[in-house]
Amino acid sequence: MEIEIDGKMAQVPDGSTIMDAAQQVGAYIPHFCYHKKLSIAANCRMCLVQVEKAPKPLPACATPATNGMRVFTHSELAVKAQQGVMEFLLINHPLDCPICDQGGECQLQDLAVGYGNSASRFQEDKRVVFHKDVGPLISMQEMARCIHCTRCVRFGQEIAGVMELGMANRNMHAEIMTFVGRSIDSELSGNMIDLCPVGALTSKPFRYAARSWELGRRKSISPHDSIGANLTVQVKNGVVLRVLPRENEEVNECWISDKERFSYEALNSPARLTRPMVRVDGTLREVDWNSALDYVAHALKDIVATHGGESFAALSSPQATLEELYLLQKLTRGLGSGNVDFRPRRRDFSNDGQLGGIPWLGLRFSEIKDLDAALVVGSFLRKDHPLFAQRLRQLAKNWGQVSMLSVGGDDPLIDLHAQVTVSPADLPLALARVVKAAAQFQGETIPAGLDSVEADATSQAIARSLLERNKRAIFLGNAAEQSPQAAQLHALALELARLTGATCGFIGEAANSVGGHVAKALPTALNADEMFAQPRKAYILLGVEPELDCYNPQQAVAALKEAALVVMLTPFNDGAAREYADVLLPTTPFTETSGTFVNAEGRVQSFNGVVRPLGDARPGWKVLRVLGNLLALPGFDYDSSEQVRAEIVPAGEGFVGGLSNDLERGAWLLADAGEGLQRVTDVPIYFSDPLARRAPALQKTRDAVAPTARMNADTLAAIGVTDGVPVRVRQGTGEAVLTARFDETVPARCVRVAAGHPSTAALGAMFGAINVERA
Amino acid sequence: MAILGAINPMLSVGLDGDNAWRLADYVKRGGYVALRRILEQKLPQEYVINEVKKSVLRGRGGAGFPTGLKWSFMPRSFPGDKYVVCNSDEGEPGTFKDRDILRYNPHSVIEGMAIAAFAMGAVRGYNYIHGEVWEIYERFEEAIDEARAAGFLGADILGSGFNFDLFGHHGYGAYICGEETALLESIEGKKGQPRFKPPFPASFGLYGRPTTINNTETFASVPYIINLGGEHYLEAGKANNGGTKLFSVSGHVNRPGNYEIPLGTPFATLLEMAGGIRGGRKLKGCIPGGSSAPVVPAAAMMDCTMDYDSIAKAGSMLGSGAVIVMDETTCMVKALERLSFFYYEESCGQCTPCREGTSWLYKVVHRIEHGQGRPDDLDLLASVTGNIMGRTICALGDAASMPVQSFIKHYRDEFAYHIEQKKCLVPVDVQRAGSGFFTATV
Ligand SMILES: Cc1cc2nc3c(=O)[nH]c(=O)nc-3n(C[C@H](O)[C@H](O)[C@H](O)COP(=O)(O)O)c2cc1C
Ligand code: SF4
Ligand code: SF4
Ligand code: FES
Repeated sequence: MEIEIDGKMAQVPDGSTIMDAAQQVGAYIPHFCYHKKLSIAANCRMCLVQVEKAPKPLPACATPATNGMRVFTHSELAVKAQQGVMEFLLINHPLDCPICDQGGECQLQDLAVGYGNSASRFQEDKRVVFHKDVGPLISMQEMARCIHCTRCVRFGQEIAGVMELGMANRNMHAEIMTFVGRSIDSELSGNMIDLCPVGALTSKPFRYAARSWELGRRKSISPHDSIGANLTVQVKNGVVLRVLPRENEEVNECWISDKERFSYEALNSPARLTRPMVRVDGTLREVDWNSALDYVAHALKDIVATHGGESFAALSSPQATLEELYLLQKLTRGLGSGNVDFRPRRRDFSNDGQLGGIPWLGLRFSEIKDLDAALVVGSFLRKDHPLFAQRLRQLAKNWGQVSMLSVGGDDPLIDLHAQVTVSPADLPLALARVVKAAAQFQGETIPAGLDSVEADATSQAIARSLLERNKRAIFLGNAAEQSPQAAQLHALALELARLTGATCGFIGEAANSVGGHVAKALPTALNADEMFAQPRKAYILLGVEPELDCYNPQQAVAALKEAALVVMLTPFNDGAAREYADVLLPTTPFTETSGTFVNAEGRVQSFNGVVRPLGDARPGWKVLRVLGNLLALPGFDYDSSEQVRAEIVPAGEGFVGGLSNDLERGAWLLADAGEGLQRVTDVPIYFSDPLARRAPALQKTRDAVAPTARMNADTLAAIGVTDGVPVRVRQGTGEAVLTARFDETVPARCVRVAAGHPSTAALGAMFGAINVERA
Repeated sequence: MAILGAINPMLSVGLDGDNAWRLADYVKRGGYVALRRILEQKLPQEYVINEVKKSVLRGRGGAGFPTGLKWSFMPRSFPGDKYVVCNSDEGEPGTFKDRDILRYNPHSVIEGMAIAAFAMGAVRGYNYIHGEVWEIYERFEEAIDEARAAGFLGADILGSGFNFDLFGHHGYGAYICGEETALLESIEGKKGQPRFKPPFPASFGLYGRPTTINNTETFASVPYIINLGGEHYLEAGKANNGGTKLFSVSGHVNRPGNYEIPLGTPFATLLEMAGGIRGGRKLKGCIPGGSSAPVVPAAAMMDCTMDYDSIAKAGSMLGSGAVIVMDETTCMVKALERLSFFYYEESCGQCTPCREGTSWLYKVVHRIEHGQGRPDDLDLLASVTGNIMGRTICALGDAASMPVQSFIKHYRDEFAYHIEQKKCLVPVDVQRAGSGFFTATV
């Protein structure tokens, strides 16, 4: 179709609007309610334009382009109409720009300069709209500024999957609010602040911190989940004051999760470690870098000389940079040890020797929208991967069939094709049922070991969805990787993929879950579990907080307490580390160092520091480099993090090579579901990493309520307690007193107890036997 | 209200107040003959649509759009359900005919909807009934039950293989839910707010399926068209204005109520049927088609015949057929103030010009009426209505503006007097004398 806009010709596909065509030829049409990612509401009327032969001005955002149409966006008729709308928008607007956080980045302010009058013909009292308290993240203090564009409402309905804001009342008393008394709890809620074209929805943590024009804008990459959302970090006087999404259609589109948006508060936390500390006579004392590093180098040398290289182990967080991970494993191997890992939450490593390549997502994020069907296995999807869940939500809206097989029945806010919730021990069996159904449909011989497995109707429905359509994918989530039967789940998923022709992949827990493999931060001797199960003499911990980040915190902390030397590279000085660490070396968070994350699709994303390191903190890669030098290890002469990266991935490479989810020899042996009560563990979104844990606003959200012991009615009855009663929860030598909570979505004979929180740090394995009794 | 008079009636033939609404009475009056004939003789869908086209039945809900043409917009071969929806929301001030149809002759609507569903291949119908007339909703439900029990609704109607089921749905009294797309949203359980068109309901209607929405009276007329034949129905009215129509006459007349007359009947006749103006006073002006229609001054009104074309020529609209009669004791500023309040109050608040503009209009008219008017106010009203009209999502913006424009156009002196003198041109005691309300209470 051809359409003419202000004399310029545009070729647009069928179904395009005038707005689409105008954007193509670069003609700017003023607008408020229109947003490319949201449905068309056509309510603000700012985009009125003149169309040849049309008697009245038409809204460009909603009017379909037709062949031969001639549009005038700045004709007298169009501009008059736009001015008329602007006048209406301003008559009840408070015009409090000087005290409005949105000032300087407000679409209404910008357009009013072009279309508004300097004096108002409206002489009446302005509308008063009451403020609302909707939680710790979004301020709705000045709702009189709202222009009723309903972007926030549509965001909830369409992107977040839950309509938390709506427009109540009618006429000029229409106002945006939550359902009576409710707070905004979506993990994507902060995007509404960005979408709001005026200063009605503003960021609570950022309120009155700075004017937008005082802020420097720096590019960065999210260090949290495996999506690798692109960020704009805003700084003033060397302090990070705000984090916004940086649009990248292939990665995060124009969104970020609240974890990514509000975790920055932890960067300025009083708990930041600013000077090295060494334990002297039982207490941690501040020392200078030279003394601290000398101490570490000597102690390590001594221990290795006396007890051998195997007496040393190193564990990193999967959120460390590629460069840090690489240097850590290099240092470990240089000391003659193969005990290095970056997967603290894993239990089952039996596939480690079988991997055909670097495990990854199996496809690119941008391909998700083209899928016809998807199966997610073992994931608390919405809270583990908010933006990945969002993509699947859109897929389901566009008729893709999305199924879930997991250990928690949390509502993913996705229109699911099928959902199966089983106890962790039964997860392989549940997946095996789907494999069997697929084999039966395909007329293939039943894979060995699955003879006695029965494919029920739901498994068949899932198998069928993976068979019937064109592009399909199977995704293994965090719980599937953390499961004690992770290897079986991997093998079963591969078999299902083989039978159905779907791709198989891992969503990946953290920013560098793929990067850790690329950096070879993998054990050749003891893995992340074994290094604590068989305690070592000396440890280096990079960015991990074992009592919160390990699969079995009890076991990890016990080993650390017995070790002769525990060196922690960490940005923080609080928490349990103070009990077992011998040396605390202040390293910088992602905003104060350069580095690289490789996201779940294998995308290499490097970033620079956006502010100077706080106090004496130093980038982890520099600390490891100096340590390598002090230990006289070869190959530690780097001048920049780029030099380190160049050793790992070739310069200019957009994606890493060697990605594969194949197994050389996959096998499964379906185990019996264990006896007695089983623990189901989720890592709540704001307990999942050191930054989020220290972000005060996030810690006030509903997602950050302290862990409870969640059970279904039968389990509660079997234990003899009711909702709200305190219970003693025990695993191994540790216990915790928690409140029992009724939760019908918890599978039978299971107790759901969250990890990542001090109150449950004394407990043991994430999955497995657990004891619960009335406290 | 009631149906108080008729000339050559169809809809109100054989009605006996509240005593003849049941299925048996309707059948006695010749009810369900049309549906039976269509199904038993296996008449094609085109036949029905053609008869409706020939009848030049024009929508009785307000816009006067030719019904047969509207029906022909429904996609023929659509894989999936299609719907017909009856608009009994009747919120337009002055209009009270649909509730009388539903009260006294509900089966005519049911039969009309069944015929429409047959003609358009719809499987399901809804009748959206105004929230404040609960007992009429209940009556309609009862009538549906009767029709279903008698085999006129449900699966395999009269053994023909044609399936159609019908459901009542009551609103909660928001005027905007009478706008057809807001009505669909409301049936879907959402907030009643109009949708942007296009897409039109015929392609994307209820639950996204092709849907035709007609007014109660429109559907009720359909069986009579099929029985009479389209041409005869047309002849019962006037060229391009087929059939008879119910007019809800209110205001300063002796016998306010519903009257069924052939389209093209002189206004003078209708006024006479309604007992003439109260107290023998003189007509000042008339809103001939519900509160959204521009007001027509007395002389022009007396020259009109009651049909779409004649009223349009007089600069107004036949609309829903709500005839609001105002005599010489009326203060036109006060009358407009009340109308403007209604539109301000009922704006759904969705689109900027209407949400902000209707309240602004009301505030300005209000201050004029209360002696606070300013010299520029009439220009301001003209400008604000100009910025609303044609720029909103639905026609409520226009509906709010047209009364303001027409009142000022025809009674400018009165408005100017109000602004200058800070009081009514019609003395207050004259207004009170003319008002039934004040004679009753003062
Ligand atoms: C604000 C507004 C209110 C309306 N209210 C009604 C109503 O109460 N009843 C009605 O039949 N049509 C009403 N309409 C007109 C309907 O949108 C629609 O045109 C009509 O139901 C179509 O039926 P018809 O073609 O049989 O007239 C209203 C329109 C607007 C813009
Ligand atoms: S709060 Fe903001 S985004 Fe929501 S409707 Fe109002 S102006 Fe639009
Ligand atoms: S014109 Fe008025 S009633 Fe119609 S959609 Fe807009 S705000 Fe709502
Ligand atoms: S941008 Fe088109 S109406 Fe709002």
